[in-house]
Amino acid sequence: MMSATVTGKPEEPIVATKNYLTEEGITLRSWLLTRDHKRIAILYTLSLTFFFFVGGAAATLIRLNLVTPSGIFTPDIYNRLFTLHGIVMVWFFLIPSIPNTMGNFLIPLMIGAKDLAFPRLNLLSWYLYVGAGLLALFAIVIGGVDTGWTFYTPFSSLYSNGYVVLALAAVFAVGFSSILTGLNFIVTTHRMRAPGMTWYRLPVFVWSNYATSIIMVLATPVLAITLLLVAVERLLRVGIFDPALGGDPLLFQHLFWFYSHPAVYIMILPGFGVISEIVPCFARKPLFGYKFVVWSSIAISVIGFFVWAHHMFVAGISLYAGLVFSLLSYVIAVPSAIKVFNWTATLHKGWISFDAPMLYALGFIGLFTIGGLTGLFVANLAFDVHVTDSYFVVAHFHYIMVGGMVSAYFGGLHYWWPKVTGRLYPEWWARIAALLIFFGFNLTFFPQFILGYLGMERRYYAYPPEFQAWNIFSSAGASVLAVGYALPFFYLGWSLFRGKRAGANPWAATGLEWQTPSPPPTHNFDRTPTVTRPPYQYRPEPEPQDV
Amino acid sequence: MSDSAPIPQPVPGPEPQYATADQQAEAASFGMWVFLATEVLFFGGMLLAYTWLRTTYPEGVAEAGHHTKIVIGSVNTLVLLTSSLTMAWAVDAAKLGRRTVLTRLLIATALLGLLFLGLKGYEYHGEWTDHLVPGLNFHQDGPHTRTIELFYFLYFLLTGIHGIHITIGIGLIAVMAARARRGAFSAGYYTPVEVTGLYWHFVDIVWIFLYPLIYLVGRSGP
Ligand code: HEM
Ligand SMILES: [Cu+2]
Repeated sequence: MMSATVTGKPEEPIVATKNYLTEEGITLRSWLLTRDHKRIAILYTLSLTFFFFVGGAAATLIRLNLVTPSGIFTPDIYNRLFTLHGIVMVWFFLIPSIPNTMGNFLIPLMIGAKDLAFPRLNLLSWYLYVGAGLLALFAIVIGGVDTGWTFYTPFSSLYSNGYVVLALAAVFAVGFSSILTGLNFIVTTHRMRAPGMTWYRLPVFVWSNYATSIIMVLATPVLAITLLLVAVERLLRVGIFDPALGGDPLLFQHLFWFYSHPAVYIMILPGFGVISEIVPCFARKPLFGYKFVVWSSIAISVIGFFVWAHHMFVAGISLYAGLVFSLLSYVIAVPSAIKVFNWTATLHKGWISFDAPMLYALGFIGLFTIGGLTGLFVANLAFDVHVTDSYFVVAHFHYIMVGGMVSAYFGGLHYWWPKVTGRLYPEWWARIAALLIFFGFNLTFFPQFILGYLGMERRYYAYPPEFQAWNIFSSAGASVLAVGYALPFFYLGWSLFRGKRAGANPWAATGLEWQTPSPPPTHNFDRTPTVTRPPYQYRPEPEPQDV
Repeated sequence: MSDSAPIPQPVPGPEPQYATADQQAEAASFGMWVFLATEVLFFGGMLLAYTWLRTTYPEGVAEAGHHTKIVIGSVNTLVLLTSSLTMAWAVDAAKLGRRTVLTRLLIATALLGLLFLGLKGYEYHGEWTDHLVPGLNFHQDGPHTRTIELFYFLYFLLTGIHGIHITIGIGLIAVMAARARRGAFSAGYYTPVEVTGLYWHFVDIVWIFLYPLIYLVGRSGP
């Protein structure tokens, strides 16, 4: 294991006095009315951190409740807790996470553009996001919503609690926020690339955000209209989904999962992008099979639209439909597997350094693989009938979304932190946090596979006593995990004031974003760069800087 | 028309994030195309619900179709198609830099849009007096009441959301007309008009789909 941080020019007295953090002024007004994609990315990061904290607090309470078989809270409070957790984590953290923070910050930098194509739209999208988030919190905490994040009808359209409509409105609004972001990214990627930045020279991070944007733009409107239908049905008592009124709840599930299965790829594809940046950099090797990685992202975004009904195996679809969707679900595992092979091949005989971003990336690969393989289990019709709505499914999607996606988020946060802030963080602490998260995560969620296999149902506030031991493991793991997630908050905050100056390119990375000062100036580059080389031209030894 | 030769207008420089005005124009119209793709799926969800209704309860839907006001619907189709024509014409005028013609055509388009909304409102009024508004005053007899109610539920949702789109379109066109009058556009710079036109044509196309689904279903066959 070679020692960490690669050269860059640590001694370089960079102190770019003019950068995006200072140039427009530091007043609140200059931030709230900014059109700079980098500042908007910071706004997103702050608000996402807030929602991550809220969702995490709810998770902690859920795990606390499940320490004893009889539960601690009333069933009603428990229902509200997992609804709060699900809605906040899925709609207000996972879906916007990487695209809106790192995507916003990096896409223009990576393609050599001055900003996104539509800066005002970008700011509007942040306001929609924050407004919707606060509305959702209000609805759930003050009003009480217990439908879970999926809003299944007829429960959501019959249950007497009037705040469901507010929660639906919030998700509707945040959907528009993500449509606008997706639209902005697509247009930017098509039209704003610097001279020489051909499609096959785009970093995989840009490609995967592009693929994500396609899903956002094409799937989210279907969700919006579905939620609108539920809300109108609730208000006017006309049945589209409610069988008592002549409607069909299966219709809801089809429409909902037509969005929400592709949405799980909104949550994971950007993570693939982050990992594809980190792995080559810290293995000092070009990304293996660049075109395969790129086209597998596009394949995922397309095939993702054809597997939705694997969420409905036990909902009453026909056996033949079940078989078809089961098969199709296997197909979509192929492009995901391609990526794992490519990362592994990149690591093979690499000159690996185990810096914090790399630790997160390695954690991602392992955990995502477990999540993906168990995805194949649940895609298997017969097996799913056994484990459906059990903790097995909970473990499966947490391996993908938390083990995968959140690891990627933290990995990316550390990797680009020096670029965003101009400062380095304390490496030792960062590695400790990465390890804590990895072990805490496994301790939390691996027992849930066993619990689910043994028959523990999800979403119940109490359970038979024989499940208690595994639940205690799980809750203990959750507290380790919580410490792991809290640590970066402190040392990253510390680094803002005391961290060493980073220099333009502390990891000796090859992307365009590293060729401009850290933090970058307002319009990103002093001169529009011209691109002459494909990405990821890493060599075993850190290269001398050529600017 | 009293339009003189094209008046040369200054072409505004691109916004700071763009390198050239061309790039800005391309980004704007490409952005509108992407937006329209989301719109297709937005209406797609409702059309899927409609398809489900129609295949699950064919007789009820056929009967519901008989209650629709086909004359108003057909006139509105004509009105909207004409407005598409004036809009297309307006974009051409903009390309040629003919300010007065452009302004007038935009105003004509907006007025046709308003006429459409007016007729639609009149039609809604008729549905109200016929007790066809679900959730508010729905009251029908016969074996298919539930289906008729669902049909009208979707009808109001689809036409209502289409109407909101028309209203937004009229607003956009009005802004364009005001800007055109002030001479903001020229043969070198007319992207906003073009993009607005795209949007307006899309709204028309949606109606072209809605018209047969709503007004013609019950009227074909026995
Ligand atoms: C490797 C490909 C994957 C396959 C084959 C797969 C398959 C499945 C299947 C069949 C279910 C339904 C289980 C049930 O309801 O009984 C399921 C549930 C779920 N999966 Fe996956 N999945 C995959 C990847 C992902 C990814 C990448 C994510 C998120 C980033 C994800 C998130 C979820 C979620 C949230 C659920 C739970 C839905 C619910 O019932 O509330 N999956 N998965
Ligand atoms: Cu799925």
